[in-house]
Amino acid sequence: MEVLLIHLVNALLYASVLFLIAGGLSLIYGVMRIVNLAHGNLYAFGAYVTAWAIGGVAAGAPSSLLLVLLPAGAFAAAVLGAALEPTLLRPFYKRAEEYQLLVTFGLLMILEDLLRFIWGPYPLSASELFENFGSLTIGDSLYPTYNFLVIGVGIVAAVFLWAFIYKTRFGVVLRATSQNMRMASALGVNVNRVYVQAFTLGCFMAGLGGAIVVPGQSAVLGMGVDALVLAFIVVVIGGLGSLEGALVGALIVGVVREAGIAWFPEIELAVLYLAAAIVLLVRPAGLFGRP
Amino acid sequence: MSTPAVAASAIAREAGSLRHVFRWALPVAVILLVVPWIVPQYTAILLTYGLIMAIGALGFNLLLGYTGLLSFGHSAYFGVGAYVVALMVKYLRVGSMELFLLGAIVGSVIVTAVFGFVCVRYTRIFFGILTLALSQVLWSLAFKFFWVTGGTDGLRVPTPSLLAGLATGTGDKTDFMSHAYYYYVLVIFFACVVLMWVIVNSPFGKALQAIRDNETRAEFVGVQIWRYRFVAFLVSGVFTGLAGALWVPLNGLTTPDIMHWTFSGEIVFMTVLGGFRSFAGPIVGAIVFNYLKTYAVGYTVYWQLLLGAVLVALVVSLPTGIVGTAERLAARWKKGG
Repeated sequence: MEVLLIHLVNALLYASVLFLIAGGLSLIYGVMRIVNLAHGNLYAFGAYVTAWAIGGVAAGAPSSLLLVLLPAGAFAAAVLGAALEPTLLRPFYKRAEEYQLLVTFGLLMILEDLLRFIWGPYPLSASELFENFGSLTIGDSLYPTYNFLVIGVGIVAAVFLWAFIYKTRFGVVLRATSQNMRMASALGVNVNRVYVQAFTLGCFMAGLGGAIVVPGQSAVLGMGVDALVLAFIVVVIGGLGSLEGALVGALIVGVVREAGIAWFPEIELAVLYLAAAIVLLVRPAGLFGRP
Repeated sequence: MSTPAVAASAIAREAGSLRHVFRWALPVAVILLVVPWIVPQYTAILLTYGLIMAIGALGFNLLLGYTGLLSFGHSAYFGVGAYVVALMVKYLRVGSMELFLLGAIVGSVIVTAVFGFVCVRYTRIFFGILTLALSQVLWSLAFKFFWVTGGTDGLRVPTPSLLAGLATGTGDKTDFMSHAYYYYVLVIFFACVVLMWVIVNSPFGKALQAIRDNETRAEFVGVQIWRYRFVAFLVSGVFTGLAGALWVPLNGLTTPDIMHWTFSGEIVFMTVLGGFRSFAGPIVGAIVFNYLKTYAVGYTVYWQLLLGAVLVALVVSLPTGIVGTAERLAARWKKGG
């Protein structure tokens, strides 16, 4: 029973991080119709910045200060996104999708090496915060308390995002632009500004995912590319461009992955990819996507 | 296309383009034939890698350039070709290159048929994501089933015997690879180029281009879109699988890296580098990319940064690639002079 509970919490832990990454990817696609192949690298960037801040600059500081520094990665990723969209992506909106994929693939390669250039080839860890939180007991086993913080952040992010998009004026503009960019533009919406804001928000979410994951596991090169493929599975299952879909997709992937690690480790990844392929076959636009 | 005048002009255009091609293709073929005798062995081996990747990119471009489908999963078929060969060595103790090629073709036909059946219903971004997801299935299998595939250690493949034992690599491996194997690859390369040329200029190839340019109109003319895309997918995958089979004895080792989706990205990269709107684009792109990557890797640890910057610059300023840009410059020069 306790084992099952631990598996469940682990699944929620995965789902929280995945929702942050995939939600950002989906938000960007929903508004801008761009699939950002470098999205995983923004997640990695967030992880590196937070690891650098917590594990390097402020090492040894009290937990409360470390907690304040935790979102540094999210803000850094947001700033990077806000700089990238107008310079690199904006010239491509009028061109074929192939070019958009290519330019973000180029960006992926560049960012991957920039991380290596700035922080070197070795893993960067920020385990101090993770250890400071200690652990609690579930049944007879010890379980790190920090993981509950990650799940909490995931839930809060989902609620905030929902409120942001469905309850605020900015959300209305965002949804209008997503549904019909030309019409929104004709009605006086500054589409360029909405695009920058949506892209920045998406990058912020990816960066936040990286920031909260890094105390529990180190920031390593290649983590972005791996995360991107998982995020793809999430959005393919949930529907590209749908935040509800990202949430449900993240939960499904979280549960399947945890079950895979526990019971069928050899084909854990294959089962995930196959699940995505089956969903696409049955519902081409994903569970919550617009066809 | 039914009036005689249109048909005649089409034939004339075809003949013109054929003449145009021979003006370029013949000197290039002659150069490729004498290369191993004039350049260092290392350069010849690099060129062999380039020619092999050119076969793969040529196959890939049947989908991107001629059918308008951007696949991010071609690493899967390349990997299937390579792993079929490696598994034939491991379990069947086969050493003949011809059997390798046969096995790789059979293997990649099976895999592309299954993948194609799933993928060709989709276009644009969904096609890209779906091919990527499916190729990652194979990657994860190659990665996890280490008792079969060797995991990240990969599988070794010894030097094969060519032409049913006529040439064997018992002597100096470098010499064998830069001469006998080079010519072996070159002949297959020529055959693939001719075959692809025939395919893209056949009624089948024209139908693919019609689908690419306007799906609805092509359907109204009576083209069965699904079936045409499926066959294009199959041919494309088999070309890339063949490239994988040729690559693995040269490399001596196959690892799951070549199945990973970033390798698909490299195949896309080379095709765009050469120019996906022209027939020769992927060939030029693959050979240039291979040299570019080899020297970038040797020059700096930040080679990804360098290649990424090249890709971004290319897409921003030269979207028609090397061949397209050269053609435009040549046309301008001709007009001016």
